[in-house]
Amino acid sequence: MRRRAVLRRGGLSLPLDLRAAAVVAGLLGASLVGIVLHVGVGEYPISPPDVVRALLGLSTGDENYYFIVNVLRLPRALVAFLVGAALALSGAILQGLTRNPLAAPEIVGINAGAGLAAVTLIVALPSVPAALIPPAAFVGAVAVAATLYLLAWRGESSPIRLILIGVGIGAVATALTTIMITYGEIEQVSQALVWLTGSVYGRSWEELWPLLPWLALFGSLALLRARHLNALTLGDEVAAGLGVGVERERGLLLLCSVALAAAAVATAGTVGFVGLMAPHIARRLVGPSHGGLLPAAAASGGMLVVAADLVGRVAFSPLEMPCGIITSAVGAPFFIYLLYRSADAK
Amino acid sequence: MRLLRSRAALLAGLVVLGVVLAVCLLASVRFGAARIGTMEVISAFTDYDRTSEEDLIVRTLRVPRALIAALVGASLAVAGAIMQGLTRNPLADPGILGIEAGAALAVVGAVFLLGVSSLSTYALFAFAGAGVAAAVVYGLGSLGRGGMTPMKLTIAGAALAALLTSLTTAILIIDRQTLEEIRFWLAGSVAGRDLELLVQVLPYVSLGLLLALGLARQITTLTLGDEVAAGLGQRTGLVKLLAALAVVLLAGSAVSVAGPIGFVGLVVPHVVRFFAGVDYRWILPYSALAGAVLLVCADLAARLVLRPMELPVGVMTALVGAPFFVYLARWRVKR
Repeated sequence: MRRRAVLRRGGLSLPLDLRAAAVVAGLLGASLVGIVLHVGVGEYPISPPDVVRALLGLSTGDENYYFIVNVLRLPRALVAFLVGAALALSGAILQGLTRNPLAAPEIVGINAGAGLAAVTLIVALPSVPAALIPPAAFVGAVAVAATLYLLAWRGESSPIRLILIGVGIGAVATALTTIMITYGEIEQVSQALVWLTGSVYGRSWEELWPLLPWLALFGSLALLRARHLNALTLGDEVAAGLGVGVERERGLLLLCSVALAAAAVATAGTVGFVGLMAPHIARRLVGPSHGGLLPAAAASGGMLVVAADLVGRVAFSPLEMPCGIITSAVGAPFFIYLLYRSADAK
Repeated sequence: MRLLRSRAALLAGLVVLGVVLAVCLLASVRFGAARIGTMEVISAFTDYDRTSEEDLIVRTLRVPRALIAALVGASLAVAGAIMQGLTRNPLADPGILGIEAGAALAVVGAVFLLGVSSLSTYALFAFAGAGVAAAVVYGLGSLGRGGMTPMKLTIAGAALAALLTSLTTAILIIDRQTLEEIRFWLAGSVAGRDLELLVQVLPYVSLGLLLALGLARQITTLTLGDEVAAGLGQRTGLVKLLAALAVVLLAGSAVSVAGPIGFVGLVVPHVVRFFAGVDYRWILPYSALAGAVLLVCADLAARLVLRPMELPVGVMTALVGAPFFVYLARWRVKR
């Protein structure tokens, strides 16, 4: 039996899963350690205690530290965390909504839409300024999601129709992207591949600020809807029987999922794996109830991308690997270990 | 709910599909980059002249290519149908066993490290990569108590495929020459494949198809759940292993000949189910024919839309098949 505490105030009651809370705290702590290490390494190495001092605005031995830590390196680490958290949340919501463990932003075509838009700019229209790539990617992701919802809507939405049509639309977008990858100038194709893999190279406060409120808004909206998501995973009839407005909740949660994935992908490129796997990692840690699962997924996704970017910067220096490549290299073995452990328990 | 309700209708549908495939194959031999008249195509068979360029194109390029497209399409579709049954997941395809990812990594690695550059060496590495990846995925999916369960297999496969794909991407990003060399293969193509390659993979594909058709009834039972299947006296462990072996033979051959072609294995079984229902004794033959039709048509379109330039068939399968699939999913999937 899980230990639970229940917050009650007026008509609102919020069950708190203590174990999930502990897991999330642990994951956030690990992410924080990751961020401190991430900020410390580089051409100009800074020891972790000095990083912490600089972060807190305390005096350090070197006055450059404050600038290097807070202006140059911190935003990149934070962007990595936020991108991972957003993708993981998006995947967790989609898996709950569609009741399918393979659902993820990259499976239902959201990433493919963003990828098509970005690669078109990079390969087919190289004269367009690079600053336009993130908004284009965002529009691409949202356009695919909107088309998907419209095509899947027939007086009611259906999870299986949503994912199948998503796969179809995604396949078309991927096919068009592949044409450009196959025939484009090799220089630009190579750039496009880095974007398609996902990278937080050179991200600064400018990229972080638009991301933060967006994630806070849709992330907390999703968290507040966790109870309804639990009901929806039991099936539409059961959810309706529990008093959930099925179409309204599904639409709202889908909106959250798309908004989170689109923002993340626009910022860092189509980072794969996190949206698919972080929810599974979280499920192994805290169980299937979305009240605990969503925050745990967000924290593990964030931790995963921070760790991946750290490894990508350090392991092959002076060469730098895009974090999208490393996420699965870091995540897959960890995940398989979890699979192995919980397979014994079941 | 299926469109074809009676046994007779199902049989008739199969015959119609066979005829459609035959027509597509003929069209694939008749049309191509070079403009060759119908009479000349016929004379290439009735009155073969080794010195005639047209005859050579028809007999050594177009015929093997059409047959290979059909074989690859059939293999992928049947392998996909089995995977969806095995994992009980409508999103599964041979990629879930890591087959495309394993093949791609093996080939890209071989180009990068060993500098191999011929289609037949690619085929060798691709088949080996696919086999190793599938064995590892199956092993991981069988970890722990209870042996292989659909859930464990699905998740282990998705995780490993992601890992292998990112390693492939890493190589392509580091080394531009490898990227240049291999990107057309990675898009999936049946161009320039000769009869010899066809002969090489034919035994594996035939074995895979026979194995699949022989297991059709057991796979249908398995889709009802392990407990039900075991209750009906099935040795579920053995059936799953043999089914996975069929997938490796079929999809491994397909990827080794044509490179990684997605979409076919995922989508064709769904389209087939709209017509033929849930019984794998019908799903598998229907998938084989429909997959072959899709790939032959896609290859034809790939050669004709931008003639004389050619698109990779892996791209065309999605462009040709997706609108039809989306239409079906919209109107035929109820809940």
